[in-house]
Amino acid sequence: MHLAMPILAQRSPPLVQSLIFDELGIPRNTLTTAAYSAVLVAGPFLILISLVAMFCIWWERKVAGHMQSRIGPNRVGPIGLLQSLADGVKLLTKEDLVPPFGDGLLFRLAPYLAFAPAFAAFLALPFAPDMTFEPNLNVGLFWILAILSVEVMGVILAGWASNNKWSLYGAMREACQIVSYEIPLGISIIVGLMCVGTLNMIELGHYQGGGIHTWLIYRNPFAFAAFFVYFIASLASNKRAPFDLPESESELVAGFHTEYSGLRWSFFFFAEYGAMFVVGGIQAALFLGGWHDPFGILGYFYNHFRTPGSESTAGLLAVNVIGVAIFISKALGIIFVQMWIRWTLPRPRIDQVLYACIKVLLPLACLLLLGCALWHWLILERPGIPWRDYNPWDFAGWFHAGFGATLVTQVILALIGLAGFAAIIGWVGYAAMTGRNIKQRLTDPAPIDEAPESLVTTATTATTAAT
Amino acid sequence: MAFLLAQLDTPEANAANAVLFYLFALMAGGSAIAVVISRNIVRTAIALLFTLMGVAGLYFLLSAEFLAAVQLVVYAGGTLILIIFGVMLTSKSPYSRFEPKLGEVMLAISIAVVLMFALTLGVTKTIFKDEPIKTDVYPVDKLGQVLLGDYLVPFEVVSVLLLAVMIGAAYLAKARRREGEDPRLTEMSKRAREWS
Repeated sequence: MHLAMPILAQRSPPLVQSLIFDELGIPRNTLTTAAYSAVLVAGPFLILISLVAMFCIWWERKVAGHMQSRIGPNRVGPIGLLQSLADGVKLLTKEDLVPPFGDGLLFRLAPYLAFAPAFAAFLALPFAPDMTFEPNLNVGLFWILAILSVEVMGVILAGWASNNKWSLYGAMREACQIVSYEIPLGISIIVGLMCVGTLNMIELGHYQGGGIHTWLIYRNPFAFAAFFVYFIASLASNKRAPFDLPESESELVAGFHTEYSGLRWSFFFFAEYGAMFVVGGIQAALFLGGWHDPFGILGYFYNHFRTPGSESTAGLLAVNVIGVAIFISKALGIIFVQMWIRWTLPRPRIDQVLYACIKVLLPLACLLLLGCALWHWLILERPGIPWRDYNPWDFAGWFHAGFGATLVTQVILALIGLAGFAAIIGWVGYAAMTGRNIKQRLTDPAPIDEAPESLVTTATTATTAAT
Repeated sequence: MAFLLAQLDTPEANAANAVLFYLFALMAGGSAIAVVISRNIVRTAIALLFTLMGVAGLYFLLSAEFLAAVQLVVYAGGTLILIIFGVMLTSKSPYSRFEPKLGEVMLAISIAVVLMFALTLGVTKTIFKDEPIKTDVYPVDKLGQVLLGDYLVPFEVVSVLLLAVMIGAAYLAKARRREGEDPRLTEMSKRAREWS
């Protein structure tokens, strides 16, 4: 049976650790290990998360500006890149208000409870084969889901402790939205996981290293559909528009963070943008091949540099660095789609949100789970890690080994996916090419009012005829 | 860091592990006391959250990552949301407080004393084997196969129980709606149905 497939991925020894401790000759003892951990946490971890959150906040405002014919932040730093930093300084100096009739202790606690889990989830994200903060986490994906479910508590607590009706409404909406959307989210992840059978996010990445047709999204039609179910459910569980009912400003002032000001308020935003990156990162790692490029080049070289005889630490490092860049750009691409949707779609009512979950997404996710299980039962997928156990681009070999049906499905799905991607890029590109430059539109608005020649002439003849 | 230290197995590493253990134990135990002594029901729930997270941290120290993640999902994530739902939907005033009667306090204290005595006796009498922590003792895939293979019948029986609970909850919710005779509410829900 397929389910009894052995775990073929071998645990890779952490490259950076071995570089520092073995190659540089630093002894492995408690002091150096503790120092290494401290540097890892204080350096890459905090800097990466802060940069990601600040960049996303700037980018969101920039995207929003372009979609509304504005320029967006453009004063602080080159093209406004330092705007988030300036806002952070401004927020630091703001008055810190605690509502006098609320629960002061819980009010102060809430931002941290929202913020810490979003950051802890970064621990298991696979940036590259040897670039994960906690490589030994066997249940990586499950850990991220678990820790993100704690994040909700911060929002509920904020709404409750503010002693404000709008805040409480926001918190209750958040609670019921999360409780219901967690189920399709989890089930769609299981559909993806069923294709490989591991929860370790690095192993998940290794299984998808053979080029675009080995990415999990293209493994079978059900995983392809699960990708979209996951995306919608992740929007809702992240309270991103169109599911941003907990903070809908047209009805609830600002929802759960109405009473917050200054730095505490900004913590909620850091948490939101951190969680956006985590959710996009899960999607990239689970469905879109993680750190791998569409041609399987990185996967090939990773295995090449690890096979005895052609080992190369410098090569592995290069693969890792390129992998980090690819992974982050994939996650940012998904974040861009989240922003695009936010500034395009109107907000539904809460009952419509719950209708979409319980009557549409949940049955669909269950159907996909069933279909994926049947698929695995009827059509065997090619087990093993590409490049190590089989050659992913040797198509004749696939047919020879009896995986022809799998290959045909994967290639067809990959072509459909590529066509969709090309259509989106073409659409955005067409809009960018033909649409007028924003600056031009702002400084020189005349052509907007200019009607086509034929219309103008008919209108003038009509008016002259009337007079 | 805990994983790095676990690989070392030197006296200092064990000491560092012990420090982490006491940190998590303090978090679990301290907030458990807060659960008991706090009169505000929401503060109690939050203290319970920290207790559960402390226990999850202890599981992580013992390399039982799956158990720790399940602890976070099932208890910290799920149950607490339900607690707060229950509190918000049932209590009349938002700041409801526990006002236990003297008899209740006495009963609780006597039960706690008996339980404490039994636990202390059990812990001191048991001889624990001094073994290093094994990593990866419970692979998740094996666990799943056992759960849906050897123990399929108990697993399904438990799920039937959960189904019964769900039907009961739906029935109760529906019964309350039938009793509620606020004409405005029914009018609003009718209008909402037309709109959707």
